[in-house]
Amino acid sequence: MYQVGNLVRELSDKHGRVRESLMPILQGIVQKHNYLTDEAMVEVARELDISAAEVYGTASFYTFLETNVKGKYVIRVCKTITCSMKGKSDIIQTLEDILKIRVGETTTDRQFSLVETNCIGWCHKAPAILINEMPYTELTPEKVSAIIKDYMQK
Amino acid sequence: MINLLINDKKVTVEEGTTVLAAAKTLNINIPTLCNHDDLCVAGNCRVCVVEQTGARTLIASCATPAAEGMDIHTNTLKVRNARKHIVELLLSEHRSDCTKCYKNQNCELQSLANEFAFGDHIFLSLIEDHAINIDRSSPSFSKDDSKCIRCQRCVRTCSELQQVSAISVANKGAHQKISSFHDRPMSHVVCTNCGQCVNRCPTGALVEKTYIDQVWDAIYDPDKHVVVQTAPAVRVALGEDLGYDPGERVTGKMVTALKQLGFNSVLDTDFSADLTIMEEGTELLTRLKKALVDGDTKVSLPMFTSCSPGWIKFIEHKFPEFLPNLSTCKSPQQMFGALAKTYYAKKRNIDPSKIVSVSIMPCTAKKFEADRPEMRSSGYKDVDYVLTTRELAVMIKQAGLDFKNLEESNYDSIMGESTGAAVIFGATGGVMEAALRTAYEIVTGREVPFGNLNIIPVRGMEGVKEATIKIEGCVEAWKFLEGAELKVAIAHGLVNANKIMKMTREGRAPYHFVEIMACPGGCIGGGGQPIPTNVEIRKNRMKAIYSEDAHMVLRKSHDNPEVKAIYEEFLESPNSHKSHELLHTHYVERDDY
Repeated sequence: MYQVGNLVRELSDKHGRVRESLMPILQGIVQKHNYLTDEAMVEVARELDISAAEVYGTASFYTFLETNVKGKYVIRVCKTITCSMKGKSDIIQTLEDILKIRVGETTTDRQFSLVETNCIGWCHKAPAILINEMPYTELTPEKVSAIIKDYMQK
Repeated sequence: MINLLINDKKVTVEEGTTVLAAAKTLNINIPTLCNHDDLCVAGNCRVCVVEQTGARTLIASCATPAAEGMDIHTNTLKVRNARKHIVELLLSEHRSDCTKCYKNQNCELQSLANEFAFGDHIFLSLIEDHAINIDRSSPSFSKDDSKCIRCQRCVRTCSELQQVSAISVANKGAHQKISSFHDRPMSHVVCTNCGQCVNRCPTGALVEKTYIDQVWDAIYDPDKHVVVQTAPAVRVALGEDLGYDPGERVTGKMVTALKQLGFNSVLDTDFSADLTIMEEGTELLTRLKKALVDGDTKVSLPMFTSCSPGWIKFIEHKFPEFLPNLSTCKSPQQMFGALAKTYYAKKRNIDPSKIVSVSIMPCTAKKFEADRPEMRSSGYKDVDYVLTTRELAVMIKQAGLDFKNLEESNYDSIMGESTGAAVIFGATGGVMEAALRTAYEIVTGREVPFGNLNIIPVRGMEGVKEATIKIEGCVEAWKFLEGAELKVAIAHGLVNANKIMKMTREGRAPYHFVEIMACPGGCIGGGGQPIPTNVEIRKNRMKAIYSEDAHMVLRKSHDNPEVKAIYEEFLESPNSHKSHELLHTHYVERDDY
């Protein structure tokens, strides 16, 4: 959990308290905290004078607006055809082994979350993953385990 | 004007008319599902597709405005096959347990399936039995996503008519669902239980919680004395579920039916509506006196009515800072309940623990209200079971009564006497009119200065109504009101309640007294009323309410002889200590999400 009141107010000041600002405000929160807490969504609803269900409806539509607890680093593995053909399953297997979680889960220290994603546009350099906003491409199990170990040092 | 051809027939319609509406003027029936007269166009179910000559694809007639020279065909083979597949696809995502479903025979999806006479389904069912998850958390209704076809009528209702948006569309694609905030139980979100979504759901996804079996059990229990009260709006709508056109008054037949069902005493919520006027009118005058004479600055004005439990829950969630402005009066249903197990029990010499108190309401929120922990001032649950108008119709059918040919009869006594002022509680503006008829007379000793007591400015379907009544010729006790202008406002539908509340919050509401009803049209358009509903139907019910009033001998609450008697024998006077114990309540602040 994180405290969000001030951030929501700042973002609302910046983008304006109108319905159209919902997306940039939600993106702003996710950029900082990786996911939307219930408290954050309620706060946004209050600022924009819309219902919390509507905020949740919008957030849940977009894969990159997470509404459940996520770790500091969200690892998104591309699950679409090219990456699948180029060995996505091995990448996932490696990640699960290193992090000791399954797809959809978050490590107990809240450092890493592992999810699958639709195409992220790196088909020519498949298989690809995103860690937060950083893409890593042409992965092999060895490369991906080195990358994750780097993150673990951070 | 726009000229077009539909099925080779010429038709001329106003610009902006949809193809669907144009076809209706020719009595050409196009099936619909997501479309609803009260709501904006959605165009998502595609059941209403038609063929337009020259167009590449079929068009959704509900979402396409008629254009000059259009050549529309509503029943070609292409259209029929497309519609058939559309309905079959909807069915593949719908748990079709029709014979066990509460909406059996009252389901728009079922009717369509019936129309297309499907044999074996072409498409596999996508409903996995183990994933069925029914939200039964609200005492008013249940939500079964496995029957939902995502037409979003409920979402539009909650947003457009009520501006509550307790539910919204969540997720996408195959995972799309109608969801509360983070999929919380409906009892734990801003939902007001108004049931407007239930009234508009075309399947069994949203249905009222039914207590029919519990009521039958009570009726057949020889140890129990079962009393029933009927709300004013029920008598002008019940007929619709029993073969009458909208707007037929069936009061006398309904009373006979209830007696034949086996209720021990058939009584009238109108009695306690009259009582509400005495209590609420006195409360208003007391607040005005405190503010104007005693100079008490802490008096909360405007005072808001408190009859509508959907409205009460709305203000508790959304505008809790104005809870002191709510009248402390319980609703007529709950006043009746508290008296049934005290005053009535005493007068009739019945052990209150043996009394089962049932109410017939146009409302689903009343089920929630009866369950509120505050509503036990008799020492028991004041109202045991609340049935909607629709549930009563079901019971009448179950009992095999030939409703249309029943004799008419009168309510039992005591607590069955009423006036026209109580009847009009069922329509928006009615509580205001009833209160004014009594309050004006208390203050001036004369009848309200409107022909035949009909206070026309507070009637009608306009969302927010305002009126000003100048008070002149006051009797001695109320001299301080001489020359004062009483400003009142009336709102129906929570979208309009929201407008008034925002004005109040911004200090722009110059009113003394405000009536608010949660449902469009007031109780006549309640969530528990017969399905379907639209503006026309509600207008017919409203007309029937006012005609019922006009036909009453007594038309002012303070003239009700049983109301006079209860004050003499039991309550002493309006707002007395005893009244406060039994007939008044308090409210709680709730979360705004």
